[in-house]
Amino acid sequence: MEHIPSPTVDLVSLAPVLVLSVFAMMVLLVDLYVKRDKTLVIFISLVGLLMTAISAFAKFDLPVHSFNDSYVVDELSVFFIMIFTLSSALAILLSIDYNKREGIRMGEYYSLILLCTVGMILLASSTDMIMIFLGIEIVSICLYVLAGIRRSDPKSNEAALKYFLLGAFATGFLLYGMTLVYGATGTTKLGLIAELIREEQIASKPLMLMGIVLLIIGFGFKVASVPFHMWAPDVYHGAPTPVTAFMAVGPKAAAFAAFFRVFAEAMPVLSPSWESLLCIVAVLSMFIGNVGAIMQTNIKRLLAYSSVSHVGYILIAVIAKNSLGSSSLVFYMLAYAFMIFGAFGIVILIGRKENEMLEIADYSGLAYKHPLMAISMSVFLLSLGGMPPLAGFVAKFYIFSAAIKEGFVTLVVLAVLNSVISFYYYLKVIVYMYMKEPEGEFQISLAPMTVFVVVIAMVGTAGLGIFPDPILYFTQH
Amino acid sequence: MFHLAFLVPLFPLIGSIVNGFFGLRIGKKAVGWVACGTVAFSFLVTLLMLGQLLFTPAEERLFEQTLFTWMAAGDFNAAFGFQIDPLSMVMMMVVTGVGFLIHVYSIGYMHDEYSYYRFFAYLNLFMFSMLLLVMGNNFLMMFIGWEGVGLCSYFLIGYYFEKKSACDAGTKAFVMNRVGDFAFLLAIMYIFYLFGTIDYTEVFHAAPEKLILGAEPVTIITLLLFVGATGKSAQIPLYTWLPDAMEGPTPVSALIHAATMVTAGVYMVVRCSVLFNMAPFSMSVVAFIGGGTAIFAATIGMTQFDIKRVLAYSTVSQIGYMFLACGVGAYTAAIFHLVTHAFFKACLFLGSGSVIHGLHGEQDMRKMGDLKKHQPVTYITFLISTLAIAGIFPLSGFFSKDEILYHALMDGNTILWGMGVTGALLTAFYMFRLVFMTFWGESRVDPHVHPHESPKVMTLPLVILAGLAAFGGLLGIPLVHGWHALHNWLEPVLHFDMASTLEHSKHLLHEVGRHAPHWEALLIEPEENIWIEISLMLLSLTVALTGIAGAYFCYVKKPGLPDELIKGQWGYDLVKNKYEVDEFYDATFVEPTIQGSLLLWKKGDAQGIDGAVNGVAQILGWCGQQARVVQSGFVRNYALFMVLGFIMLLFIMFF
Amino acid sequence: MLEQYIGAGIMLLVATAIACGMVLLTSILGPKHQFPDKMEPFECGESQLVSPRQRFSVKFYLVAVLFVLFDIEAVFFFPWAILFQRLGVFGLVEMFLFILILGVGLAYVWIRGGLDWE
Repeated sequence: MEHIPSPTVDLVSLAPVLVLSVFAMMVLLVDLYVKRDKTLVIFISLVGLLMTAISAFAKFDLPVHSFNDSYVVDELSVFFIMIFTLSSALAILLSIDYNKREGIRMGEYYSLILLCTVGMILLASSTDMIMIFLGIEIVSICLYVLAGIRRSDPKSNEAALKYFLLGAFATGFLLYGMTLVYGATGTTKLGLIAELIREEQIASKPLMLMGIVLLIIGFGFKVASVPFHMWAPDVYHGAPTPVTAFMAVGPKAAAFAAFFRVFAEAMPVLSPSWESLLCIVAVLSMFIGNVGAIMQTNIKRLLAYSSVSHVGYILIAVIAKNSLGSSSLVFYMLAYAFMIFGAFGIVILIGRKENEMLEIADYSGLAYKHPLMAISMSVFLLSLGGMPPLAGFVAKFYIFSAAIKEGFVTLVVLAVLNSVISFYYYLKVIVYMYMKEPEGEFQISLAPMTVFVVVIAMVGTAGLGIFPDPILYFTQH
Repeated sequence: MFHLAFLVPLFPLIGSIVNGFFGLRIGKKAVGWVACGTVAFSFLVTLLMLGQLLFTPAEERLFEQTLFTWMAAGDFNAAFGFQIDPLSMVMMMVVTGVGFLIHVYSIGYMHDEYSYYRFFAYLNLFMFSMLLLVMGNNFLMMFIGWEGVGLCSYFLIGYYFEKKSACDAGTKAFVMNRVGDFAFLLAIMYIFYLFGTIDYTEVFHAAPEKLILGAEPVTIITLLLFVGATGKSAQIPLYTWLPDAMEGPTPVSALIHAATMVTAGVYMVVRCSVLFNMAPFSMSVVAFIGGGTAIFAATIGMTQFDIKRVLAYSTVSQIGYMFLACGVGAYTAAIFHLVTHAFFKACLFLGSGSVIHGLHGEQDMRKMGDLKKHQPVTYITFLISTLAIAGIFPLSGFFSKDEILYHALMDGNTILWGMGVTGALLTAFYMFRLVFMTFWGESRVDPHVHPHESPKVMTLPLVILAGLAAFGGLLGIPLVHGWHALHNWLEPVLHFDMASTLEHSKHLLHEVGRHAPHWEALLIEPEENIWIEISLMLLSLTVALTGIAGAYFCYVKKPGLPDELIKGQWGYDLVKNKYEVDEFYDATFVEPTIQGSLLLWKKGDAQGIDGAVNGVAQILGWCGQQARVVQSGFVRNYALFMVLGFIMLLFIMFF
Repeated sequence: MLEQYIGAGIMLLVATAIACGMVLLTSILGPKHQFPDKMEPFECGESQLVSPRQRFSVKFYLVAVLFVLFDIEAVFFFPWAILFQRLGVFGLVEMFLFILILGVGLAYVWIRGGLDWE
């Protein structure tokens, strides 16, 4: 009886996934025996993330392909794992005080974040479409639950349900797209697909193109790009604030990693056919995101729309599809993680039990009561807008130069124009903080862990802006 | 000594941090000391470096200090570094010197303010950004400073945030500046794209070899740069924010909106003189926009009654002169006028501040008059500066303005020259209108207000600035070539070999098989003619005196005359309403944006998206059934949008 | 570019036409005698006692979900068992890991009280 050949098992490559899965299960079980105080659970989660980050460096001589070319460890994935673990750790730190305040006492919360991170790692490291799909599903299912974790809050429930329904819808598109690409090429492996395209051995071009369109929709939904963005403001608004921050960074980064792998790495030869589509999606995202943000009165919705516009900028990195594109993508996501966690950290700090203080008008006169907080918020917002010398500026500049290098001049012009528009609404918040009389009392209790996150974010935002060089160096080597 | 360069911006930064965070605790006196002290230190370090630069041979007057590599990506490299050369030295002297005087003045002027510390923290932060702007050794450094000064200017304009107009003015300034910054950033990107570097030295060195004279790339770059400059320096079409910016405290108007920040555009154009020299078309654009703004703003200045607004339009107009000078290739004259303008306009603004201070906040000239006996020091210094700006011999403005007019004429463009002379006439008129309405004639001051002279801490800076305004012209005495100190000083920076660039461009064009157009006209150096210059001087003096006489006639001799003249004149109303430009911008740019956003928000969001969240949350309590129907409808809507997007993408993909 | 789809397109059209035609034909040709008993929903001839739209305990749902979860996972055992010999040690180890993870899930549900009815 002949043996079925087992795949090239390389557990060392898979170390981050394994470590984190074990920790996630541990958290799940430990939580059953601790009732109220979640310190131990949180501690285990953070240790797990730290171990994961360390284990990502288990492989030298990158890139290493394993599991029959469906899993890869390369610079991109290692760097993304860093971003994922960082954003998950920040999200957990942000949650500590928030959950206490809002009465979220479920230990599953932490293990869900960890499991979601497992999915993100898989997503960023997969070179097989089935694996990518698996990763996306792991991430999405965790997020559906996380968005609705405040069971007693109708908004949270609504966010979860909406996200779930639309997510399922989008998954259909994605899966269908993968099927069509498989139909056209006869394989799901990105490496093989790239080869087949290069050698012009695609069975059916229309099938392939159709598949590409569907893939764009699937990924476009996951990263919240226009016109597949409509869930984002609702879900960001309804989900608990730390989850919102987490969703805006980690899963988005993971989806972008897969986006980049599928389009820029596997299908660069077909770029004439998908470039224009992505350009349109990118430009639409920037414009609709920015224009939508202008009239918002709720800070979470404002940040949601602004994140839609940021998706537009980041898509430019995918469109540029050169090595500068991939490193600028990584750098942007890192900078974005700091800015977003900082901004949401402030949002959490300002809220209190009875009133989450989510209206922009609630920020009136913050600068006079809590100048440090107002300054931090201004720094995060200005950085989001692309003010030099903060992280957001360097990140944008980097992406734009990657695109300019490939000759996408019009796209860059539009992107720069949009970053100009975006200042208008970021400034609006600053106007409220600095140029309005305080309306009510601020009752801010400086929760230590949240403050800690804001400080880290501040250091990251300013540090990446003023001394981006070491990180830029890392992203390129 | 040059290795201390980094200290110059560092001191104000420290001052800003100290005042910003501990300002309330250390008390007003200490805040003032910290703010002025740090700027004084910067000034001292600048002086030391000036001394060393003077003792360096002219060709070697370029020192670069790289603190660290800012960003390096692929072949892209931007350093966080400073450049000390004659041009940046001039700017540093102006910024720290005039800045110091204004800081001192502010101690008196802002004395009764509650958030005194906040003001000085912003002001110091402004000094820091402005110094980065002028000292940077690459375009990105300039851009950091450029954005930084914009932000500080925004905070300072909106300083009296209780007034809604102040907030609006701040936002307007910021957003309008962003339009300019947008072009500037594009120019930087384009420069990087063409040269692979953004370092000044490398770019300006490579430009004559890489670019073709007058071809599209260099023209586009220079035009983009100039659009950036029009934003910051308040030129047509982006000038409307500056008059509104007068909502800020008067020292801010003096420092930011007269002496330093608004001249950053001129500095930028002069810094990029190599590029501009290679783009004759851009040069004429610069010249005509400058000349046009000079006249345009001057006409509005004649009709305004707010003392600070008159000065604001005067600033716009004077910066127009500087661009006019740049446009005809007289970069030295531009910088010369920039320096003298910094002196007399700072003095004028501070003087107007002293008047406002003496009248407890009154800014309307119709409620002033006969202040010369109440505020003698203010009056004398104001008068000197006004004579300087009007161009009366031998005050500084006479020399700098005359040099611009001379070069405009020698460049062979009589239209530009005519614009300049007309502007000079109008300047003399509206400035003396200001003086006569404020200091002469009968007192129209509110009887409850008792005008008084300002304290020493305010008048002393006035006296010093008036002295500078009077004698600053010595920097560039014309006629005798060797005496023009500023010209010799800037020569190493502005040096440009047109002949060899031309040859090279011809060569480049030849390689691609094209013929070079006739560029010989560019090579003709105008002959220096003493007699033309002297007659021009006499002419401009006559023009200035005519303007003054006109103002005297209208506002002292027959005060009722202007009202009779303008009665029922639609032209006057048009000018008085600032040519309705603000309204035009509102109608064409602002409204559509807001409406578009409202459309998205009201139609797409408030009813659709927002309504779903809030609606469901609120309705759920009393009308669960209905809400569920509504909700499912909305998700369906989103799904519908996704399908529409799908169809759109399909359509684009296959057709 | 789309020639190769002509066949599929024609089939699509024919299929749609047949389906629509059937519906159309029955509605035209079918006899239409309507009386109350005919309009009632019925099940094996029994008349309906209570409204089918009523609440029932969420526990049913939970148990159903858990059943489906573990059931589906248990289905994996069948192909594994058939190929057990051919998969070798690798298959054995993998399946143990699989059961372990499943066990963690079961333990979680159990301790968390998901299996308690009350």
